[in-house]
Amino acid sequence: MRCQVCNENEATIHLTEIVEGMRHEMHLCEVCASEQGVIIKSQVPINELLNNLLAAQPADEQVFGSSDKKLSCPYCGFTLEKFRKEAVLGCPYDYEVFQAALQPLIKKAHNGKTLHCGKVPSKAPEDSKKQIETLNLKKRLQAAVQNEDYELAAELRDKINQL
Amino acid sequence: MKLTDISNDINEWFDGSGPLSDIVISSRIRLARNLEGHKFLSQCSVDEKSQILQKLKDALLSLELGDKVFYISVDKADVIDRHFLVERHLISRHHAFGKGPRGAVIAHHEFFTAMINEEDHLRIQVLKGGMQLSACAQQINHIDDVLEQKVEYAFSPHYGYLTACPTNLGTGIRVSVMLHLPALKMTGQIEKFFNAVRTMNLAARGLFGEGSEAAGDFYQISNQTTLGVSEKAIVQQFENDIIPEIVEYENAARNRLLAKDVDVLDDKISRAMALLKNAHLISSQEALFLLSHLRLGINMHNNMGASTPAIKKLCMLTDLNRDTGKRELLSITTINRLFMLTLPAHLQINYGKELDSTHRDALRAKIIRSALKKSD
Repeated sequence: MRCQVCNENEATIHLTEIVEGMRHEMHLCEVCASEQGVIIKSQVPINELLNNLLAAQPADEQVFGSSDKKLSCPYCGFTLEKFRKEAVLGCPYDYEVFQAALQPLIKKAHNGKTLHCGKVPSKAPEDSKKQIETLNLKKRLQAAVQNEDYELAAELRDKINQL
Repeated sequence: MKLTDISNDINEWFDGSGPLSDIVISSRIRLARNLEGHKFLSQCSVDEKSQILQKLKDALLSLELGDKVFYISVDKADVIDRHFLVERHLISRHHAFGKGPRGAVIAHHEFFTAMINEEDHLRIQVLKGGMQLSACAQQINHIDDVLEQKVEYAFSPHYGYLTACPTNLGTGIRVSVMLHLPALKMTGQIEKFFNAVRTMNLAARGLFGEGSEAAGDFYQISNQTTLGVSEKAIVQQFENDIIPEIVEYENAARNRLLAKDVDVLDDKISRAMALLKNAHLISSQEALFLLSHLRLGINMHNNMGASTPAIKKLCMLTDLNRDTGKRELLSITTINRLFMLTLPAHLQINYGKELDSTHRDALRAKIIRSALKKSD
């Protein structure tokens, strides 16, 4: 579809306006849309993404109950209110202290995921290393089954059993 | 080591070599890490920040990277030097103009940088020219392993590496690939690229990362998800799926220009040549956009055998080879050098003093004019 204004470029912006009950449709290219004052965001910077997520969160009261609204981290004194303003946390323990409030946000930011699977420091305790390794292997096993690579799947299953 | 030792040439990763380098400018991987037993920076006192800085600086300076490293106190550096480090992609804008004690450890050949006290206590990055993500991943993983023996990272079995911002949680990895996509722009398809990037849950940014606009048809794309997916899976997705597909789109757009829209292509290249060869004042934004079109023309000549009227004229331009002292046909390395050495902080460091924008524009135009002389 060509742009309604310049009739040259492909229309990539499609607007529907309802004025006094009448529906108007506009099909514009990027250039004409910005000339018409339609702001186009081609990219969402990570900070903006986070701010949007924060704004979409339920109020503190709904998460904690109003008595916990002023909950602060015993290690660094950080509060959720401060997090809403600054979009960064105060210390590593905040992930535990504010877990209930952070979990939905983490889920949204990471495509529904809330559990680490990836590198583990060699100094990490043996049981957490095993836990993550098992998770990694299970993911690979799932992919191998999907790809019908049963030889690899059997190999991975044996490794999981060994752990 | 002084910044003037590196300021009169491009970084190795920008010399135009490396796989798929006609479209893929560079591959970069960075890891975000924090030290166990310390608060994140937003809650740290100046003293605690200084302690973290010292601890990480010592650990980083004792690394054996196969290259010399140098340290810069970013908070004490001149403003122009900070801009210079951002222009060379060695530190982020956030780090350059942040607050409190902070520093950077940089390898002489600029493939490795560590930023101390940026948003996290430590951010390490490896940068290589062209499509080399696997090599970057291997190298940064090794550096991370060695560092981990010297310092203790904040890590949770549930959430992985703990970062100040939850958007970096888990692996703390940011894989970024810088692409040159002039033909997609010329053929009006760049919005499709943005849509595809968004659908894949990736971020697209301009030449200098977060918050920067696309300049000269350069775009950086990077992963946004860092939790629940392994480092290897993220790198493989970029290497096997995302980048080959974008490269194919750009190549298809280049072929389309040659087959159907030669006038569009030649008009851009000819106008770029005319302006760059004759202008006496040129802003860095304008230079980036115009040089981008020359870069496209040379790449289409070298890789696709294109010889449209404008590309033929472009191929008659020469530049002085720094090593042999002879004039040679214009190369991608020359164009890349013009891109980088005419950036504002580069101009001022190489000129030896601060210049206002008019004088910078005049100096930039002069450097470009003298580089683009017609061969005899």
